[in-house]
Amino acid sequence: MIPSEQVLKVDGLSKLFRSKLAVSELTFSLSTGSIVGLLGGNGAGKTTTLSMLLGLLKPTSGEIRLFGHDFIKDRHAVLHRMNFCSPYVDLPQRLTVHENLRVFARLYGVNNSANRIDELSEDFRLLDLMDQPIRRLSSGQKTRVSLAKAMINQPEFLLLDEPTASLSPDVSQWIRQRLMDYRDRTGATILFASHDMREVELLCDEVVMMSHGRLIEQGSPQALQERHQRDSLEEVFLALNEKGGGV
Amino acid sequence: MNTSTIGRISALLLRYFFLLRSSWPRVLEIAYWPTVQMIIWGFTSVHFSHSSPELTAGGILISAVLVWDSLFRSHISYTLSFLEEMWSRNLANLFVSPLRPWELILSLAMVSMIRTLIGMVPAALLAIPFFGVSVFELGLPLLGFFLNLVFTGWAISQAVTGILLRYGLGAESLTWMLPFLLAPFSCIYYPLETLPGWMQAIAQYLSTTYVFEGMRALILRGEWMPDLLWKAFVLNLLYFILGLGVFCFAFRSARNRGLLLQSGE
Repeated sequence: MIPSEQVLKVDGLSKLFRSKLAVSELTFSLSTGSIVGLLGGNGAGKTTTLSMLLGLLKPTSGEIRLFGHDFIKDRHAVLHRMNFCSPYVDLPQRLTVHENLRVFARLYGVNNSANRIDELSEDFRLLDLMDQPIRRLSSGQKTRVSLAKAMINQPEFLLLDEPTASLSPDVSQWIRQRLMDYRDRTGATILFASHDMREVELLCDEVVMMSHGRLIEQGSPQALQERHQRDSLEEVFLALNEKGGGV
Repeated sequence: MNTSTIGRISALLLRYFFLLRSSWPRVLEIAYWPTVQMIIWGFTSVHFSHSSPELTAGGILISAVLVWDSLFRSHISYTLSFLEEMWSRNLANLFVSPLRPWELILSLAMVSMIRTLIGMVPAALLAIPFFGVSVFELGLPLLGFFLNLVFTGWAISQAVTGILLRYGLGAESLTWMLPFLLAPFSCIYYPLETLPGWMQAIAQYLSTTYVFEGMRALILRGEWMPDLLWKAFVLNLLYFILGLGVFCFAFRSARNRGLLLQSGE
């Protein structure tokens, strides 16, 4: 897929919590159909950035344009075209998988929701779990349900915060494959926050690297490795972090 | 109200219906407390009726208990539904969806009304065979008393949910405390003149005082005083706007501080 127009344009985005600058002058853009990794260590500002891109956190300054709309001023104009998944946010625990998907399908105004739920239950191997309450699921199963919820409205822009955190390698690989399939099938843009360098290398067309709230590097994983003459993204990240004053 | 709004509100109604359906103790609990309250006060009323019949004339005590409970139930039902989202760490899912804050408020109010009716109607019906007291005999004014108190309950809920958003589950106890703060000033079981001067001064700014004064006038003297209901309504409108202001301010503050993603303790 050849990335074309810009879905997201972030310009000079900053967030100041009292005296702590969590994100500083972040500028980057995402092209349609790209899978972009937002990489950084703990406290790099990934979750803060994602929160601002979701409208959950108001930036101190800067601009976010999503699908051409001023997202900070009118996020409701585009929220139906995006969705997200994070291991730090749960679905209602007492509701079954099917009930949860029904509720979120309605919330996002999904047409023909019964068919969409059937599709997702097949895609994410949820058929046997549909009548199970969320609280009885394993973490891998919960992640699959959260991803199904995140795709209920066939989002054009999908934000994922460490979706494979604490999952076994086989489940992680399976989820990565689903995400790539989804992008290939729909042309959606995916922003993927992680500190798993290997995963980002496998999945992402492009990487936005953050450290201490700042963008420190941007490009395709291969380009970054070549530019810094390293064998892996992890080595690039460590080298950049060292230059920038460590963790 | 457009179809998208109706769809989103119906989504939340469906969510709370599924929640209730998943747990029969929750359904039972809705009707349990109002019924227990009614029975205890019913027997208290029977006991008082022998020594001080003026205290219990026309089933005033039982009526007062039931009417007061409509405030408490509406508030608790609203706030507990909101708390369910916090307990299940689902608020972020809601706030990144196309759901608008006012749609959430409207949904919570509708759920609160449904739950209040589920709780109150059986208790009110049981009071008829148990104690020969029917609040329904109050007629149309009962609707006025009921709606006013439900409205007061929602106004308190707006403020409490705002505080919960801003301060997290650490502020959960406010849910239970705030309605009881109003109770002594609201003249539920006694006339306004019973209170000392400084408490009367506060009570006159409470919508609940006018509701119970109006109810007493109707039950004890057969006097219907719509002006009291209007006063209550105007005060409730002010409280509601104030409560909404607290919620909006707290929502903005929580959004500024990044509290919406991980709202908890």
